[in-house]
Order: sequence, then C-alpha cells, then structure tokens
Amino acid sequence: MMVEPSLVLFYVASAITLGGALGVVLTRNIVYASFALLAAMMGVAGVFLLVFAEFLALVQILIYGGAVVIVLLFALMLTRLEDFQNLTDHRQWPIAAVISIGLFALLVTAIVTTSVRTTEPQSIDFETLGETLFTQWAIPFEVASLVLLVALIGSIVLVRTDGNRD
Amino acid sequence: MIELAHLQILSAGLFAIGTYGVLARRSAVLILMSIELMLNAVNINLIGYAAFVDFDEATRSFGQVLVIFVITIAAAELALAIAIILRLYRNRSTVNVDEIDLMKW
Repeated sequence: MMVEPSLVLFYVASAITLGGALGVVLTRNIVYASFALLAAMMGVAGVFLLVFAEFLALVQILIYGGAVVIVLLFALMLTRLEDFQNLTDHRQWPIAAVISIGLFALLVTAIVTTSVRTTEPQSIDFETLGETLFTQWAIPFEVASLVLLVALIGSIVLVRTDGNRD
Repeated sequence: MIELAHLQILSAGLFAIGTYGVLARRSAVLILMSIELMLNAVNINLIGYAAFVDFDEATRSFGQVLVIFVITIAAAELALAIAIILRLYRNRSTVNVDEIDLMKW
C-alpha cells in the first residue's frame, strides 16, 4: 500500500512540533528552550500549510519566528542568563507529569469517541478571509488593534526606569 | 490522507506538553513559553475544524479569523508578561516563581 505524501509530510511536521515542544519543557538551558520553541512553531506552520491555511502559516512564521522568539531572547538578555543555568524543575514534577498524561488520555478518549461529519480538507482563499475579517468581524478586529496599542503602552510604562530615582 | 483526528491528537499532545511545562517549570520565562505552546495547540484545533468540518461557505472562514485573534492576543499577552518579568527581576532580582510569594495566602 502506498502511503500518501501529504500524510508523510504531516507526520514529519508533527514530529518537529512535538519534539520542539518536548525540548521546551525538558531542556536545562533556557536559550536552547527558546530555539526549541522556534522549531515547534515552524512545525505548526507546516501543519497549517498541509491543511491549506496558507495565510496563517505565513502569519505563524512572521509572528512566532520573527517576533515572539526574539522578544523572549531579549528578555533573557536583559535578565541575567547565569541565573537560569541552575534553575531546576519544581520538585512536584512527577505530579505534573501524571496530570499532563492524564489530560492527554482524556482528550484522546474524547476525540476517538466523538464523531464529526468531515469532508475533504478545503482551502479558504485570501479574498474570502479578508472579506470576512473586514466586514463581519470588523469591530472585533478594531478592538484587537486597541488591545495591542494598550499592551504596547502598558509594557513601556511597566519597564520604564524612573529617571529621578535611579 | 490527513484526517481531522490526526490534527486533534497532535493538538492534544501539544496541549498536554504545555500543561506539563506550566506545572513543572520554575522560571517565569519558561512558563510563558509553555503557555505559547498551549495557545498553538488551540490554534491547530481551530484550523482543523475550519478545514475539515462540513460548514457552508459563509461560516467556513470563521475558524481562521478566530486563529488571527488568538495570535493577536497571544502577542499582546507576551509583551505584557515580559514587561512584568523584567520589572520583577529589577525589584526582586529573581524570576523563580517559587520565590515570588508576596501575595501568597
């Protein structure tokens, strides 16, 4: 039996995603953790491409590859890196492992026992997406831009040093 | 042939790994990274439903629009959380969440 190429690519992208995610939660070195996060995000972008969400794959690469990982690396640079090197896991980690494995088992049980009426994967072209975003979802879209503005001003206010005191 | 269940199980795995990270890590920056993983698990689920479920033409793009909003809010949350972590580091010189117990009951 011939395995479909798209399925093989999906398994590759999933392996990159899950491997990167495991790297984030297991590695000792926090800089390696941020690069593992980058790998996981690129794997997610690959999955998006395989189910024909081209626009979101681009957004994923731009936002996570270009912005999130850089911001995290800046945060590591501005706090002292040496403090992170010997920061071990919490001693309750076996409980955390049990909880997350239990959560995974619960979710898989729910997925397997629920039947959803599915079709072939269908693409949504850029025009339809843009039209929906700027007509039906125009007000939430503007609110989202306001949220970004507030977050920008808020983070500047939070990290600003008071010139008089120090 | 990729099916919806594949995406859902990938999403469940990513979410479980993120949960482990949030519960077991001690550095605030690493907890933030684990939260990003969980948000991406949700995005995979939304994209999967948008692509595979038999919606009509008008509602099919809602899943992708929701993912755009999730990514936006995730970016805003990350910027604020990084600012709070930098402030904490400046005031308490630690990012270990066990030592930040000022409001602990």
